[in-house]
Amino acid sequence: MQIAPPDFDRMFGALADHTRRDIVRRAIDSEEGVAELASHYPMSFAAVQKHIAVLERAGLVTKHRIGRRKVVRTNIEGLRLARRLLDQYEEMWRGRIDRMTQLVNEYTRETHE
Amino acid sequence: MTVTAVRKDTHALSLTLDAEFDASAERVWQLWSDPRQLERWWGPPTYPATFTRHELRPGGRVEYHMTGPDGDQPHGYWEVEEVDPPHSLAVRDGFANEDGSPNPEMPTNEFRVTIEELRPGRTRMSIVSTFPSTEAMEQLLAMGMEDGLTQAVGQIDAILAEDVVGRPEQG
Repeated sequence: MQIAPPDFDRMFGALADHTRRDIVRRAIDSEEGVAELASHYPMSFAAVQKHIAVLERAGLVTKHRIGRRKVVRTNIEGLRLARRLLDQYEEMWRGRIDRMTQLVNEYTRETHE
Repeated sequence: MTVTAVRKDTHALSLTLDAEFDASAERVWQLWSDPRQLERWWGPPTYPATFTRHELRPGGRVEYHMTGPDGDQPHGYWEVEEVDPPHSLAVRDGFANEDGSPNPEMPTNEFRVTIEELRPGRTRMSIVSTFPSTEAMEQLLAMGMEDGLTQAVGQIDAILAEDVVGRPEQG
């Protein structure tokens, strides 16, 4: 198993929480700050702030300044990275199957000669 | 074309590949059951694998390392969950520390191999690879961001190419 670099690990860890996934979803097209985001959840401002910090470290959201406000935005490229994981695995297995085919064919040739 | 079908199930976060070989089921099974043969296909040419432990029985352990072009040696392990020679094998595949112990900081994935002889000398092998963070990926992929995600692909490919260790070389 040689596909997932540490970035994916952090990303999956960050997304393994319902609230954080919801924040990522909201922040795709909203322009809310931490306080506004916090108002959607039955938890403290500090708790939501903490969730956002985890997402930020994982590269899934970034904070942008708009005038005096700071808004949280989903980093689409970060998500794209995760989406690519399946493609990477496909490529890895295709490589393996190619090599398996070579092995099987070598064996067939040997036994038929 | 050896690979006959690929399915990506974004809900189950699984990847399925079907491949067909001109060989018996027993022959295809050997690719898994004989560590010396396993070594010849598990790692890409740039990261050949060495299997140092190979217990293909339920609860058994398989340990391996791969050797990169710069001498780096990522270690991995399988926890064998099910074995039914020559028909099926299910393992959890993860990263290990140098002593072979699992590295809990890295993600694992499970894969199931199913081998079926379609007719004498023609065998289909299915690989279903499932990720543990199903919930996360399911949500991620179900968010319907496909449209928004079509940008910046080239840039990300470059990032991935740098980050991914042992990316298989095609051909």
